[in-house]
Amino acid sequence: MSNEFLVFDHVTKRFGALTAVNDVSFSVNKGEFFSLLGPSGCGKTTLLRMLGGFEKPDSGRIFLEGKDITGLAPNERRVHTVFQNYALFPTMTIWDNIAFSLRLAKLPKKEIEEKVDAILEMIQMSEHAWKYPNQLSGGQKQRVAIARALVDRPKVLLLDEPLAALDLKLRQHMLLELDTIHDQVGITFMYVTHDQGEAMSLSDRIAVINRGTIEQLDGPAKIYEAPASRFVASFIGDTNFFSGEIVATEGDYCTIRPEGFPDIRAYNDKQLKVGQKVDLSVRPEKIRVTLAPPPPEKGASINVYPSTVQDIVYQGVYTKYWIKSSDFRIAALKPHSRFLLDQEPITWNDKVFVWWHPDDGYMVEAKQ
Amino acid sequence: MNSPLRTRRAEWLVTAPSFLWLALFFAVPAVIVLAFTFHGHDISGGVGEWSLSTWRELVDPDYPTIIWNTIRISVEVTIWSIVLAVPCAYAIARMNKRWRAIVAGSIMLPFWTSFVVRVFAWKTMLHPDGWLQACYNFLSISGEHSTILDSETAVVLVSVYSFLPFAIMPIYTAAEKFDFSLLEAARDLGAKNFYAFRKIFLPGIRQGLVSAVLMVFIPAIGSYVIPQMLGGTNCVLIGNKIFMRAIQNRNIPHASALATVMAVSVLIPIGLSMWWKKRQDMRDRQRLEAQTARLFTAGEGAAK
Repeated sequence: MSNEFLVFDHVTKRFGALTAVNDVSFSVNKGEFFSLLGPSGCGKTTLLRMLGGFEKPDSGRIFLEGKDITGLAPNERRVHTVFQNYALFPTMTIWDNIAFSLRLAKLPKKEIEEKVDAILEMIQMSEHAWKYPNQLSGGQKQRVAIARALVDRPKVLLLDEPLAALDLKLRQHMLLELDTIHDQVGITFMYVTHDQGEAMSLSDRIAVINRGTIEQLDGPAKIYEAPASRFVASFIGDTNFFSGEIVATEGDYCTIRPEGFPDIRAYNDKQLKVGQKVDLSVRPEKIRVTLAPPPPEKGASINVYPSTVQDIVYQGVYTKYWIKSSDFRIAALKPHSRFLLDQEPITWNDKVFVWWHPDDGYMVEAKQ
Repeated sequence: MNSPLRTRRAEWLVTAPSFLWLALFFAVPAVIVLAFTFHGHDISGGVGEWSLSTWRELVDPDYPTIIWNTIRISVEVTIWSIVLAVPCAYAIARMNKRWRAIVAGSIMLPFWTSFVVRVFAWKTMLHPDGWLQACYNFLSISGEHSTILDSETAVVLVSVYSFLPFAIMPIYTAAEKFDFSLLEAARDLGAKNFYAFRKIFLPGIRQGLVSAVLMVFIPAIGSYVIPQMLGGTNCVLIGNKIFMRAIQNRNIPHASALATVMAVSVLIPIGLSMWWKKRQDMRDRQRLEAQTARLFTAGEGAAK
C-alpha cells in the first residue's frame, strides 16, 4: 500500500453522534484529477479537511507518498486548499497573496518574483497584480485562489466546491480553465463537489460518497453507465427505475417482473439467480419513443411497450418526453440529429411505442 | 435624479448637527482654554487681563518630568491594555453566540458601578496589609518588599483595569467581522499559528486596534482620579497638576497653559508619525508602480 501516492486507510471521523466518514479506504494516483462527489452532508468535505489537516480522523491513517501524514498540522503537509469562499487575504495585494507560501518557505527574493510573475501570467492576471481582492470579480478571485495554492507546487491541490459561488456561464468557463491548469501543472487534484456535471467533465476517477461511505469509485463513464447501487444511479444523471424480482434466466439475459409494469428483459451480467430482487436502471436517452412499432430487424428480444405521451419538454438539442406506460411514468430523451420541422412531431396524448434493447438497462441488486 | 447641488445641500443638512456639536463642545472650549493662557490671574480665582505672565511663570522644573512620566505611563497602559485585549477579543469572537453575549456582558458589568468607587476598592485591595501585597511579597524575587500602593505600579495596574474594556470592545467588534477561515487558509499555505495571527489576523482587525489605542491612550493622558487616589506622592501626573492649579491654587490660566502644553506634546509625535506614514505610503505606491511596470516589460519580453 505504501508505494501508492495518496492513501486513505480505514479512515473514520465522528462529530458527536454523527459518523461523517465511516471506515473509508481508497487511493489516488499521482497526477490524477480525483473527485469526491456526493450530496451535501455526505462526508466529502470532511474527507478533504482531514487531508488538509484541519480535522483529525478518529481512527485510520492517511499516507502521502508512503509517509503517514495523519497527525501532521496543516502547515506541515505539502497539500494546499482552494477554499469555497476563496479566503484571499483582504489586506494583501494579489501579488502578495500569491507570494505568501513562497515567503514562508524563505525563498530568495528573485526566485519568488519569478514564480509569482510566471503564475500570474498563466492565469492571465498580470495586470491585476497590485489590486486588492475586493477589487476583483468572482472569477478573478477564483483564479487567484488557485494560483496561490499552486505556486509552490504542492503534492496535492484540494478544491472544495470551488465553482459553487460562480454563475453558470462563468462556471462553465472556469471548468475548462481548471482542466487546462491541471494539464499544465501535472499536480494531483482532489476535487469536492455535489455537482455531477462538474465531476463527470473534469475527473479521471470519481468517488461517489453517500452517508460517509464510498458507494462507487470508478471512471466517469463507468459510474454513469454501470452504477454500483441504486443511489449512484439516481444521483448521477436521471434514470428510470424498475424494481422487481427475477422470474426467469436464459443465458446472459433474464426477465424481471416489476410491480405495475409488464415483464422486462435485461442483460444479466452479474449472473443473478431467479428470485433475486433487483433495481433496473434505464437512462432516458437509452429509451426510444416512436409512433410506429420498432422495425423487426431489431429482433424479438427487445423491450417494447405501447404507451401514451403525457408531457413534452422541447430543449432544442433534444426533447424530453414523459410517457405513461402501465403504472409507470417513464422519462425518455429524443435527440434531434435531423432537421426537426421536416418530421411528423409526436404530441400530447399520442399513442406511442417506448422500447429499448435489454443490453441498455443496468441492473443492481436491491438492498434487502 | 438628484442634482449635485441638492446632494451637496442634503449632505450639509445631515452633517450639520455633528458639526455643531463638535464646534460647541470641542472647538469653542479649546479656543477658550488657549485664550486663557494669554491672561494673568487674580487672587479671587478669576481670569485677569491679557498678558504673557502665565507663560512666563510656567517654569516649574518638575513639569518636563511630569509630562514625560504622563506620556510614558499612558503608553505603558495602552500597550498593556492592547496586549491583554487582543487575546480576549479573539477568544470572545471565536465563542458561540450565547457565550459571546455572556462574556461581553460581564466585561461591561463593572460600568454599572461608579468609577471612583471601583478605584477606591483597589485602594483597599492594595493595602500594605492586604492579600495582593502579600502575594506580591511572596513572589518578589529580589526579596525587597516595596509597597504597591502609592506607586507607579498601582497607577498602571488600575489604569489597565479601568481602560481594558475600552480596548476590548473595538477590537472585539473588528474581530467579530474577521473571517476566521483566512487563518485556516494561512495555515494551509504553510504558516504557523502565530505567524498567521500576526500576518493575517492583526492586519485584519487594524481598524479596531487603532480605535482601541485611541480609546485607551486619550483617557490615560488626562487621567487624574487614579494617580490621585493610588499614586500618592510617588506618581504625580499632569492631570493632578492641572487639578491642583485650577482648584487649589485657583489659577485657571496656569492650568490652561499646562493643558495646552500637554496637548501639544501629544499632538507633535502623532503629527510626525502621520506624516511619516503618508510618506511611507507614497513610497509604497511608487514601488508598486515600478513593479507593475517590470511585470509588463517581462510580459512583453515573453510575447516576443
